[in-house]
Amino acid sequence: MAEEAARQPGDDAHPLLPLVASELRLSIGGREIIRDVSFTVGSSGRTVILGPNGAGKSVLLRLCHGLLQPTGGELRWGGLTVARAREQQAMAPQHPVLLRRTVTGNLLHVLRVKGVPRGERQGLVDAALQQAGLADCGARAARTLSGGQKQRLAIARACILRPAVLLLDEPTANLDPAAVRGVEELVRAVAAAGTKILMTTHDIAQARRLACDILFLNEGRLLEHSPATAFFASPQDPAAARFLDGGLLG
Amino acid sequence: MNEFSSAVGSAVSMILTLDADLVEIVLLSLQVSLGAVFIASAVALPLGAFIALQRFPGRRGVVILLNALMGLPPVVVGLMVYLLLSRAGPLGPMGLLFTPTAMVIAQSIIVLPIIAALTRQTIADLHEEYDEYLRSLGCTPLQSVATLLWDGRFRLLTAIMAGFGRAIAEVGAVIIVGGNIQHATRVMTTTIALETSKGNLALALGLGLILVTIALSVNAATLVLADAARRRYG
Repeated sequence: MAEEAARQPGDDAHPLLPLVASELRLSIGGREIIRDVSFTVGSSGRTVILGPNGAGKSVLLRLCHGLLQPTGGELRWGGLTVARAREQQAMAPQHPVLLRRTVTGNLLHVLRVKGVPRGERQGLVDAALQQAGLADCGARAARTLSGGQKQRLAIARACILRPAVLLLDEPTANLDPAAVRGVEELVRAVAAAGTKILMTTHDIAQARRLACDILFLNEGRLLEHSPATAFFASPQDPAAARFLDGGLLG
Repeated sequence: MNEFSSAVGSAVSMILTLDADLVEIVLLSLQVSLGAVFIASAVALPLGAFIALQRFPGRRGVVILLNALMGLPPVVVGLMVYLLLSRAGPLGPMGLLFTPTAMVIAQSIIVLPIIAALTRQTIADLHEEYDEYLRSLGCTPLQSVATLLWDGRFRLLTAIMAGFGRAIAEVGAVIIVGGNIQHATRVMTTTIALETSKGNLALALGLGLILVTIALSVNAATLVLADAARRRYG
């Protein structure tokens, strides 16, 4: 973990950092989902949004990707608006939408939409399949893959054009331990290749394994933002401490 | 009863010997209905997808109208096309009345709302699922439509076949705009109607058998294909 925290290639050069949220709010139908959230993420490591179910993690991630519009406050990626920044981002949601095509067909779809010249596509597809450990599955229908394979395909598809930022929403919820390991290895590989990772999880052990810094969210409020080592050693917020101890947050 | 069984007998022998009149009629029927379905699909698939994806004022009304138009009575469509194409009508000078082209036009109009309404429903359902992915990827509206049409291809095939089933079985419109002219505009349904009224049950029954076979096998083939695709692609 330490050597990876130290490895932060091109912190200054990253086009979409820092990510700055100021007084972000979102209400849907009178219910406040995100309440007055402000933070600055400057490092290019793996940032994990941690919190119990229903804390608003997925919603915050979607706000960061511009899939939801905040009802108040502002988000900027390296000074860019969320809409502009999205062109350099990719997202893999908790239940990835795989197209009703083959595995290769799913990867090709992204390349076609993004206007990658025909001659370059096959090489990118092969590299993505290789990286995701799906080299033997290219011709299979994407929706017949196992849960872990689906998630790896979704991540490979999101990363095929090396986005500056990859947003992951609970990438390993409902996966068995072996599948979790496969997905986490892929996430590490993607991060090592220079892509900023912003991911949500409710899994404390996963946050420990992957996070460089932690945004701890509960009931729509950001309660703590610390480097992972500090957060797990001595959380500043009482609710975070209780969450880490396995307590239920009401 | 005797008359009936002899009619069945000669109907079967007409089919088995590929009676020239019978073959001509069957081929024209397929030509007209397939042509109509092809033209209607070319308009209805993008139209249905457009209505499914775009938000515009009056959209709800358009959706209701489109669904209501699925029940358009063929005779009324026949009458409208007749008025358009008749000598005195606005398109009269084109001389299309009582030609297969007129029949294709009429059937296209009947089939178009069916395919468009079913396409809209299919694409709307699929879009609900794909919306976030397409937006995340930054798809243009055109790219979104192309993606959804392709991924809905097997379900859309069912919509197209529903249109074909309606066209091939329809009699009211083609008899008005085609005129049921021998060796020119005579199709299965109009021939069955005419020959039955003339008492020539053999030809009517033979055509009836073929019509039923075509309609049933097209539907069965579509279902089998769609089912296989669902199992293959999910």
